[in-house]
Amino acid sequence: MEKVSVWDLPDVPEGQLPSHIQLQRTRVHCNPDAPTHTENVQYSGAYSSVGVDNSLQLEQFRKNFRVEVIRLGKEDMEFDMIGVDPSLANAFRRILIAELPTMAIEKVLIANNTSVVQDEVLSHRLGLIPINADPRLFDYKSENDDPKENNTIVFKLHVRCERGGPRLTVKSDQLKWLPNGSEFSLETSAAKSTAKPKTYTTFHTSQETLHDFSKKPIAPCHPDIILSKLGPGQEIELEAHAVKGMGKTHAKWSPVATAWYRMLPEVVLLQQVEDERAEKLVKTCPVNVFDIEDVGKGKKRAIVARPRGCTLCRECIREDEFKQDVALRRVKDHFIFTIESTGALPPEVLFTEAVKILEDKCERVITELS
Amino acid sequence: MEQGTVEDPSASTFTLTEEDHTLANSLRFSLNQDPRVTFCGYSIPHPSEARVNVRLQTTGDPASEVLRDSCQDLMLMCQHIRGTFDQAVLDFTNEKGLEDMDIKK
Repeated sequence: MEKVSVWDLPDVPEGQLPSHIQLQRTRVHCNPDAPTHTENVQYSGAYSSVGVDNSLQLEQFRKNFRVEVIRLGKEDMEFDMIGVDPSLANAFRRILIAELPTMAIEKVLIANNTSVVQDEVLSHRLGLIPINADPRLFDYKSENDDPKENNTIVFKLHVRCERGGPRLTVKSDQLKWLPNGSEFSLETSAAKSTAKPKTYTTFHTSQETLHDFSKKPIAPCHPDIILSKLGPGQEIELEAHAVKGMGKTHAKWSPVATAWYRMLPEVVLLQQVEDERAEKLVKTCPVNVFDIEDVGKGKKRAIVARPRGCTLCRECIREDEFKQDVALRRVKDHFIFTIESTGALPPEVLFTEAVKILEDKCERVITELS
Repeated sequence: MEQGTVEDPSASTFTLTEEDHTLANSLRFSLNQDPRVTFCGYSIPHPSEARVNVRLQTTGDPASEVLRDSCQDLMLMCQHIRGTFDQAVLDFTNEKGLEDMDIKK
């Protein structure tokens, strides 16, 4: 490196980080051997020596924060969350998976099961069926609570394969919702000849009269989940009680199939890559990030056309040839968030609920402190 | 939820019960960006116990006050995120409609 007098160096602008530090602060550098600058600088005084304030300013956050919806379907969505710290993005992801409640079958009362699927295996399969009921309309049922219309959903499953007939496949649409609660009577009360025999639930009113369940009856989200197969003469008769719960207790209560995020890949061409080299570069990428652009006079050069598709496989910088030309980075505060719902609630509602839960957590700490 | 060591109000350890990395890491983030904080970190003493210890040392202000302000900040950020997200979804559905609807057309 050439020797330069300190006095000839350009001044660092006040209140602004030198470009290389800014790059280290905002990007993960994906080098051929290992990623570097992966950490997030959180300490408020980290850059005080160059006159840069790194503290949290809500105004600044409000100005920078952006959400861009990429894809929105009934069961899945993808959106970009820009200008947020990974700790928050991760908190939302964790809440989506483990702390958002849904309804799932928890108790199965088996009256008869002569199928080849054992009782406990069948119960487990039933538990994993997503149920199309808004969990916000129900209460948690604690151990001492009676199963009531506000905390339990009851389903009936009664299938029989007749002798001489073909084999039957039992699917989730055979689960019939019982808005009036259990139909199995408790054995202890059988002796008493009261007008109404006591059952396993104590519903005061039919669930059909509550909310708008009459318009949208409660059922499994998918009608075609195979539960069991029945041979001639086999029969299943059971009642399944669904309650509200959270994913951290058991994964069956998780409202998402998966929820994940990744940081936005950034592919930068540091130097012009032209002609044959450009074509070679395009070929090295397995996901077609690069493209070729004509610059006239028969000249061609490589451009970065689809950086979003980059999986950071680093195939392009594996050989020495393009190591100096291509920089692979990740934007630290740009998250591509994907939510796949199991069907009980639409994905956009799930995310809003997740944010609300984090707010509630903060509020709990505040009330506890004051 | 309880508060440990209260001899010096500017340095405390807070024990948050029924919480995990979800809240503790977010809190650590917002606390570390507060200029009044000299040190902040958290630990989960045992993985099967639902509790986190948040250690907080400040330049002089009472730690509980700083923690409260951080929670407040985090809440405001969440509210802003929620508002922006809802608006983005609304704009998107107005513009394009649900994907499923497009398939049926």
